[in-house]
Amino acid sequence: MASFAGVDFFKTDDLLSEEERAVRDTVRAWVDDKLVPVIGEAYTQRRFPKELVPQMAELGMFGANMPEKYGCAELNNVAYGLIMQELERGDSGVRSFASVQSALVMYPILAFGSEEQRTHWLPKLAAGEVIGCFGLTEPDFGSDPGGMITRAVKDGDWWVINGTKMWITNGSTAGVAIIWAQTGELNDSKTISGFIVETERDGFSAKDQQGKLSLLASDTSELSLQDVRVPAENQLPDAMGLKHPLMCLNQARYGIAWGAVGAAMACYDEALSYAKNRVQFQRPIAGYQIQQVRLVEMLTEITKAQLLCLQLGRLKDKGALHHTQVSLAKRNNVNMATEVAREARRLLGANGILAEYQSMRHMANLESVYTYEGTHDIHGLIIGEEITGLSAIT
Amino acid sequence: MNIIVCVKRVPDSETRIKISEDGVSIDPAGVKFVLNPYDEFAIEEALVLKERAGAGTVAVMTLGGEEAKETLRTALAMGADTAVLLKGAPSPDGLGTAEKLADAISGREYDLILFGKQGIDDDNLQVPAMVAELLGLPCATVVVDLQIDGERVRAKREVEGGHEVAEFDLPGVISAQKGLNEPRYASLKGIMMAKKKPLEEVEVGDAAARVEIKELMPPAERAVGEILGEGPAAVPELVRRLREEAKAL
Repeated sequence: MASFAGVDFFKTDDLLSEEERAVRDTVRAWVDDKLVPVIGEAYTQRRFPKELVPQMAELGMFGANMPEKYGCAELNNVAYGLIMQELERGDSGVRSFASVQSALVMYPILAFGSEEQRTHWLPKLAAGEVIGCFGLTEPDFGSDPGGMITRAVKDGDWWVINGTKMWITNGSTAGVAIIWAQTGELNDSKTISGFIVETERDGFSAKDQQGKLSLLASDTSELSLQDVRVPAENQLPDAMGLKHPLMCLNQARYGIAWGAVGAAMACYDEALSYAKNRVQFQRPIAGYQIQQVRLVEMLTEITKAQLLCLQLGRLKDKGALHHTQVSLAKRNNVNMATEVAREARRLLGANGILAEYQSMRHMANLESVYTYEGTHDIHGLIIGEEITGLSAIT
Repeated sequence: MNIIVCVKRVPDSETRIKISEDGVSIDPAGVKFVLNPYDEFAIEEALVLKERAGAGTVAVMTLGGEEAKETLRTALAMGADTAVLLKGAPSPDGLGTAEKLADAISGREYDLILFGKQGIDDDNLQVPAMVAELLGLPCATVVVDLQIDGERVRAKREVEGGHEVAEFDLPGVISAQKGLNEPRYASLKGIMMAKKKPLEEVEVGDAAARVEIKELMPPAERAVGEILGEGPAAVPELVRRLREEAKAL
């Protein structure tokens, strides 16, 4: 398989620093060499390619934008975004793995944990020695996580947690879970708190979500907690209130905005190369107007999304990012990528439905990405409230 | 074990090369430059040898302009300890480049000098052997396996249709062929550390150019391929084309 040359119609590479490009190129080469050759088969076997985790850790992909003293690479957020872009160029499921490990497990420990929790967990998570998952969503509480019914009740020096968490990426693979639970009255979003729960604790179980038609190369599970007892020191001391898990999601969404561009780039690249080689009526189909315009639409949307990501990253590095900007980028870019993937699949004709090609896999994956980490619609309402001052949700 | 690895900045093999208007150079606009892929084998070997020895340094060296620092930093990100930029214009004359490198190397401490077997841009395969000659050192080129026991070097080389094993005592020069090892990726931490590692700059002037490039020509355009179908269903048409159009059957 030829290495990926990138999609850069507007010379956005010139806006990256040497280190940012070096990080991107390293991950790009790794994705070409190690992920792309195995992902089609892993996907049809419905298997997360877990054997890649040690390599991802050795390269430093987990918590890459976190401090060196915890074993991380301490990259800026643009470089972190470029990692997510390249991983999702390979597969949304593999990017999801890295997003969860970094933004939903390492980030809350870094941001809301004690120094003991940080020094204990972060180096292990960065090294891939421990895999983490994040339990917020419940069977009946998706877009409305504040309504959660998972409870944590104090019993002396212990917390006792009961509840069910659903759609949990890495759920069955994880050695540790960040579990969000209600410590006060139901529907009081200010008393939701976070707990570090080792998955080997009694009463904790995970089962694979059956019947998925998307993210097949990803572990998606349901978690059940029945009288799971964790020591008081496993509570994240600085996370009291729904705002804190939402801050984690905001980190993950930032990576998704970049990742979606990667998936779109993979589909465009595949469609362009196929169109130039596929001959019908004695000439390459790339010579026909309908396919040219189709390709140009893809390239135009990808280019716009690339510029959006870059400015988003620069704002984040300056500490000037507003969460509604992340919402806009996630919403736009994932929607864009689902459209690009669908058009690429169509351009590929019958071949487009095969796992040997990438576009339909990306297309199916992106339906999940469209829905998770704040659905397309919910992000619309978040931005809508920001610009009108009127909440359409509550 | 102190090792010097000489590297080169070359256009990425995926890059579309355009010839400049002067007809004798390539247009660098829009060209992505990378560390010469054969040099990656040389760097990997150096890092492994140093790790095995448990002591020593790996220094990378190149001849070029300011832009070549990026290439050196790629090598530093892989794990090299220090870098030396010989500031001056490289030349199509392999000997000119070799003279600059040999001058800079003599007077430095080294046990081994490593190169990639060739730059993928000019494909001359000249510089490693020339540097060895200029420094009066033994040399083995196009090496696919390297064993070092004390001072004794045992290098397995690719020769036409087979292999040859050469031995010599350190110090010496080795040029690396694909297959010598699997180069590591620069880790993300390594990339961040690279800019903190020492990068020495030495003004050496332009390399002598006794060889002059008179003309550059692109290869003939390759005809667009055609997908005749998938799997066994494509075979009858493929056979028909091979028989009737290509006359290969």
